[in-house]
Amino acid sequence: MKKLINLPDRVVEEALAGMVAAHGDLLRLEEPNVLVRRDAPRQGRVGVISGGGSGHEPMHGGFVGRGMLDAACAGAVFTSPVPDQMLAATKAVDGGAGVLHIIKNYTGDIMNFELAAELAQAEGTEVASVVIADDVAVQDSLYTAGRRGVGGTVLAEKIVGAAAEEGADLQAVKALCQRVQDNARSMGMALTSCTVPAAGTPTFELSDDEMEIGIGIHGEPGRRRVKLASADEIADMLVAPILEEGVFARGDSVLAFVNGMGGTPLIELYVVYRKVDEILRARGIEIARNLVGSYITSLEMAGTSVTLLKLDDEMTRYWDAPVHTPALRWGV
Amino acid sequence: MPITTPDLADAFRLFGERLAEERDALTRLDQAIGDGDHGINMDRGFQAVLGSLPTFLDDGPGALCKQVGMRLISTVGGASGPLYGTFFLRMGTAMGTAEKLEPVELVAALRAGLEGVIQRGKAVPDDKTMVDAMRPAIEALEVSVGGDWQEALASAACAARQGRDRVTPLVARKGRASYLGERSTGHQDPGATSTTILFESLHDALATIS
Repeated sequence: MKKLINLPDRVVEEALAGMVAAHGDLLRLEEPNVLVRRDAPRQGRVGVISGGGSGHEPMHGGFVGRGMLDAACAGAVFTSPVPDQMLAATKAVDGGAGVLHIIKNYTGDIMNFELAAELAQAEGTEVASVVIADDVAVQDSLYTAGRRGVGGTVLAEKIVGAAAEEGADLQAVKALCQRVQDNARSMGMALTSCTVPAAGTPTFELSDDEMEIGIGIHGEPGRRRVKLASADEIADMLVAPILEEGVFARGDSVLAFVNGMGGTPLIELYVVYRKVDEILRARGIEIARNLVGSYITSLEMAGTSVTLLKLDDEMTRYWDAPVHTPALRWGV
Repeated sequence: MPITTPDLADAFRLFGERLAEERDALTRLDQAIGDGDHGINMDRGFQAVLGSLPTFLDDGPGALCKQVGMRLISTVGGASGPLYGTFFLRMGTAMGTAEKLEPVELVAALRAGLEGVIQRGKAVPDDKTMVDAMRPAIEALEVSVGGDWQEALASAACAARQGRDRVTPLVARKGRASYLGERSTGHQDPGATSTTILFESLHDALATIS
């Protein structure tokens, strides 16, 4: 294992300290391992929080700031945060208008957020939750934990954060978040594995001529392992199952998000984006907005994911609204 | 031969020590069908429990179990934190304020813990989870608790091991292992494995009480 770390057990705390040192104008750190928007709580505004295991940077801490998240809870690498963290975050951002929890659909995240919401409500804070489950690689059935929350989470946090910033109430913010979830679909792939610092060995093995299609953001295996293919073929393999969902039709406007898994250079992401654009054009689907870059990663894993979100006017307006966070910034 | 708070604390200490020994093995099992952190998370949680254990001994076995549960919920994370945390919390609630426990009372508390785990995690038999080791172990205790205590604990540890191994060929239907579908067959479940270690620890620590 070659990593820029000191001690494996200190990675998360030291990275959070670095974020606050770099972005003290936007965020502050509260115990235990919660990044909070510097001016929180904002009276009369809905607080929006999220959180999850670390190792997906910039998600979620990099999205704390104006027009996006009010707080983010950082768990150990690839491990859900504990309820104490979500409770602390909820209290830190509660300006009297309630708090929305944006939860990625993983067994641990759901249980820990549930416990935190029960505790927060017992202390008098109104909490609403939306579960993001946009990964088409996983069959949504009684026989799995359900679809994973992946790229759609980033888009939900941006759009919902803008609505909360403008003063939308808790029910409106929750309904908007649910609409983003219902209209977003993602699919990812990996060229290489990743190594959890505390584990010290790669989570899975991929030989030089193989790739994993339908990978999760924790190195969980996906639909199938196949021989390495070209970027165009990979883009096809990712977009096809998304389009099969029946959510996107000719004439729709979409936000296309081509994401890097952490170890893939931007030049390759644009090669993929070029093909995604070509596929959607041929289908008569307009890319009205896009995002290209590494925003929801899996440590140093090489690979990419594609997320499509069917836009409506309100979502588009909130996407365009000013945002000022460590990782996303425009309009300010 | 009632079970005292220090007796139970000894069992938890032994479980924590065994988890530390098995940390890398549990993590390897989880790398194969999960996200590769089960040993790391359980070890982190039980190190925190062991550090606080001397301060948990003042108010009876029920209070001990509740404090262990709260500590796990606050330190483990993932799915294991709420599940093991709920297990010990419910055990503590079932024990009430008794100063000592008869074996049959401990078994009833373990049953309450199991029900809590099922309620929190919504696992059914053969989902290939910790429940598949925990349920047979507790059922074995329930049928044998009236007889020799040492044999009852041995039968529970044995039932846990059998339960763990019985679901290895099955397809996982809960947690991150469920994403693998058919590819999860043949892999030993990490949660069922740590639960087996719990029942082995209960045997090793409590069988000698008489």
